[in-house]
Amino acid sequence: MSTIPPPTRLNPAAQQRDDAEKDRSMVRQKELIAAYYERLAQAPERGEKTVATFVPGNLAELIQCFDLVPILPEINALQSGMRKRSGGFITEAERLGHSEDVCTYVKCDIGMLHGGNIGPTGAPLPTPDLLLLSYTGCFTFMKWFELLREECDRPSVMLQVPYQARGEITPEMKAYVVRQLESEVIPALEKLSGVRFDIDRLREKLELSRRAEDDLVAVLESAKNRPSPIDAYFGGVYYIGPIFTAFRGTEEGCEYYRLLRDEVAQRVNAMRGPTTPEGEVTDERFRLVVEGPPNWTDFREFWKMFYDEGAVVVASTYTKVGGLYDRGFRHDPADPLGSLAEYCLGCYTNLSLPKRVELISDYVREYGADGFLINSVKSCASFSAGQLLILREVEKRTGRAGAFIESDLVDPRYFSAANIKNRIESYLQMVEQKRASGVTS
Amino acid sequence: MTATTRTPAEIAAWAEQLYYDLDFAAPRAWKERTGGSAIGFMPVYAPREIVHAAGALPVGIVGAGDWLEVIRGDAFYQSYLCHIPRSTIDLAETGRLDFLDGMLFPSTCDVIRNLSGMWQLLRPGAYVRYVDVPQNYVKGVGGTFWEHELRALARELGELTGTPVTDERLRASTALYDDNRRAVRELYALRRDEPERAPTSEVYLVLRAGHVLDVATHTALVREYVAAARAATPPALDNARVVVCGAFCEQPPLGLIKTIERSGCFVVDDDLLLVSRWFSRDVGAAGDPFAALSRAFLEDTVPTAVMYAAEAGRGKALVQRVRAARAEGVIFAAPSFCIPALLDQPMLAAELDREGIPYTAFKYAENTGQFHPIREQTGTFADTMKLWSVA
Ligand code: SF4
Ligand code: SF4
Repeated sequence: MSTIPPPTRLNPAAQQRDDAEKDRSMVRQKELIAAYYERLAQAPERGEKTVATFVPGNLAELIQCFDLVPILPEINALQSGMRKRSGGFITEAERLGHSEDVCTYVKCDIGMLHGGNIGPTGAPLPTPDLLLLSYTGCFTFMKWFELLREECDRPSVMLQVPYQARGEITPEMKAYVVRQLESEVIPALEKLSGVRFDIDRLREKLELSRRAEDDLVAVLESAKNRPSPIDAYFGGVYYIGPIFTAFRGTEEGCEYYRLLRDEVAQRVNAMRGPTTPEGEVTDERFRLVVEGPPNWTDFREFWKMFYDEGAVVVASTYTKVGGLYDRGFRHDPADPLGSLAEYCLGCYTNLSLPKRVELISDYVREYGADGFLINSVKSCASFSAGQLLILREVEKRTGRAGAFIESDLVDPRYFSAANIKNRIESYLQMVEQKRASGVTS
Repeated sequence: MTATTRTPAEIAAWAEQLYYDLDFAAPRAWKERTGGSAIGFMPVYAPREIVHAAGALPVGIVGAGDWLEVIRGDAFYQSYLCHIPRSTIDLAETGRLDFLDGMLFPSTCDVIRNLSGMWQLLRPGAYVRYVDVPQNYVKGVGGTFWEHELRALARELGELTGTPVTDERLRASTALYDDNRRAVRELYALRRDEPERAPTSEVYLVLRAGHVLDVATHTALVREYVAAARAATPPALDNARVVVCGAFCEQPPLGLIKTIERSGCFVVDDDLLLVSRWFSRDVGAAGDPFAALSRAFLEDTVPTAVMYAAEAGRGKALVQRVRAARAEGVIFAAPSFCIPALLDQPMLAAELDREGIPYTAFKYAENTGQFHPIREQTGTFADTMKLWSVA
């Protein structure tokens, strides 16, 4: 009988020794996000106007061109989840008549609004002055902002982003998005802010975005090293935080990604594994690709199930919901509106299922993964509908067995720790056995 | 079929055979007879005129109801997703949809969207097109995009069937569908005005037959039913008048519709099989037929959960429908896990609350077999409304 080796040893001492150097990027990330929430809380008294929008297809640079501050309801929901506040918000929304069957991000947001709109940091969030509905890759987005509009009595502007059903962006799709930017979105932002649109200002911001995107890609691709210096899913969500929120197109964003890239490069040189909340992974035993968003309510516990077994996520699809930079896309100052359109069109959840299968299979190969795991979240049909077929197709194409677990984003009722842990352990055991017997699948 | 010789119940019984036929004998026979192609489409909206103009039969695929035991389809979907995609996959995996030469997946929700990709993976080489309807209703913006989509669909279907979609052919097809929509409007008006003559359990079957019949044949069937229903002498019933809302995609089983009626309700408006009355006016056969279809979509699309409301007041259109149908209340009947319907419902309910219109809500699946609790619920609802109207 083949037995699974004892849990991986983490190295907390190494963590402490290099704290100052290693954690600079983490500290900086936290500062950035905290500053963003502080700015949001103070926006009304500082006379700053706010625009609610979504992460996929967010137009961060454009919003900044009008000196507006973005509010990102998905980020509020996930932060509320991590801080164990989402359960109460969801219950409140269900009490108000929202179905138990719909996305819990929406219910978390509505519940938060009804509870005084106190944000995840404990500070109140302003009511958005405009709802910029970047309708990219998720049907729920449309209803979410219709619901919010009924609640807040604020105007909305829609940016419809056609779906890449055949895995390609056609000139007509791009032209449609650009036309909406010109005729709907920019006029709405001008009207709200009183600022005239300046395309050169947008170009400057896109140049900053491009620099940060280069650095982010270098960080993500560092996971091709053995051992991987990063965890591209659990760690990855921290790395994407600034670029997926308010910091794309800013100097602070650039500076953060440069810092992060340098730190990761040092880790590669030192052949060090990823950091975790409990220290550094010193013994990378499994390299995995993960599809699907994480669970936020029990994020640490979920992560621990992986690092306790020496499982490191080397690539993930969730970290591509705000842009597929690692497949070559960059914001382009030479084609400002066109590249914003391409950005919106190219986000992961806007890809066809065959493209998603291709991407995950490529990740398994390119990153030398031992297997892949799908975390299927109940809330999100955009991700989940079709994932069982994705599982089979990726298995077929890569010759690697996959694992399938179910949870939810921010509804604590749907995180069954014992079941999930069991699944992960048995899966890794199977991978180990196959590896020992020289079988790949 | 000869007009006026059949009773409404006989016509409905004939349509019921089509409803229960999961082997799709009618469209198969049409193909054999005409040598034409058949193109499937899913809810909520597909431009059937273009399919028709390409010499093909548009076939509505709305799952498998409650009379197919879904086995293979369940292996493709997590338990928490709605039922229609799994039964549709089951129909495909069991060969029942092999007669289709292509499939259209409208941008109704992410489940149908992703099903379009699953189709590509499961049926390599099959013709699949995602119908990305515009959510921007400005002519030079959403209209330009939509017109291009319509033309691209026409080009591809023309290539597939060997019958190019010329302007002339499309005008002729549009005229046929305009006529069909007029007939369906007559049917709905009859049911609204004299619901005892046209029970929804029959109206639904007649409407549903349009998913598998050639358009002209279906128009004749609808008119035959209307004429027969007008000529009949139905029993007088003292039912409550209700609008059924939320059932636009996965269909309630026929037994559920009958249950609502038996519990004391006249359904005087609904959003079942919306494609059959997507436009509230004629598209028109003059001028550029692609532009006409696009304009009708931008200007006259029926308000439904899957279409963006550019302004607040999402529930106002439902209130208007309730008033126009002289309904006393609303039954929210949505498929379990139906994202558009269930996200829409709180907005609609809030507006009904403001207007003092009573409503009740339940969820179903296309294979729901237990109607007793629903009968209790809608029966109590009907009784309450009748009491209110007396008070
Ligand atoms: S359905 Fe999915 S993509 Fe859409 S808001 Fe919910 S979690 Fe996000
Ligand atoms: S029933 Fe609702 S969620 Fe399911 S496919 Fe239809 S519209 Fe989508």
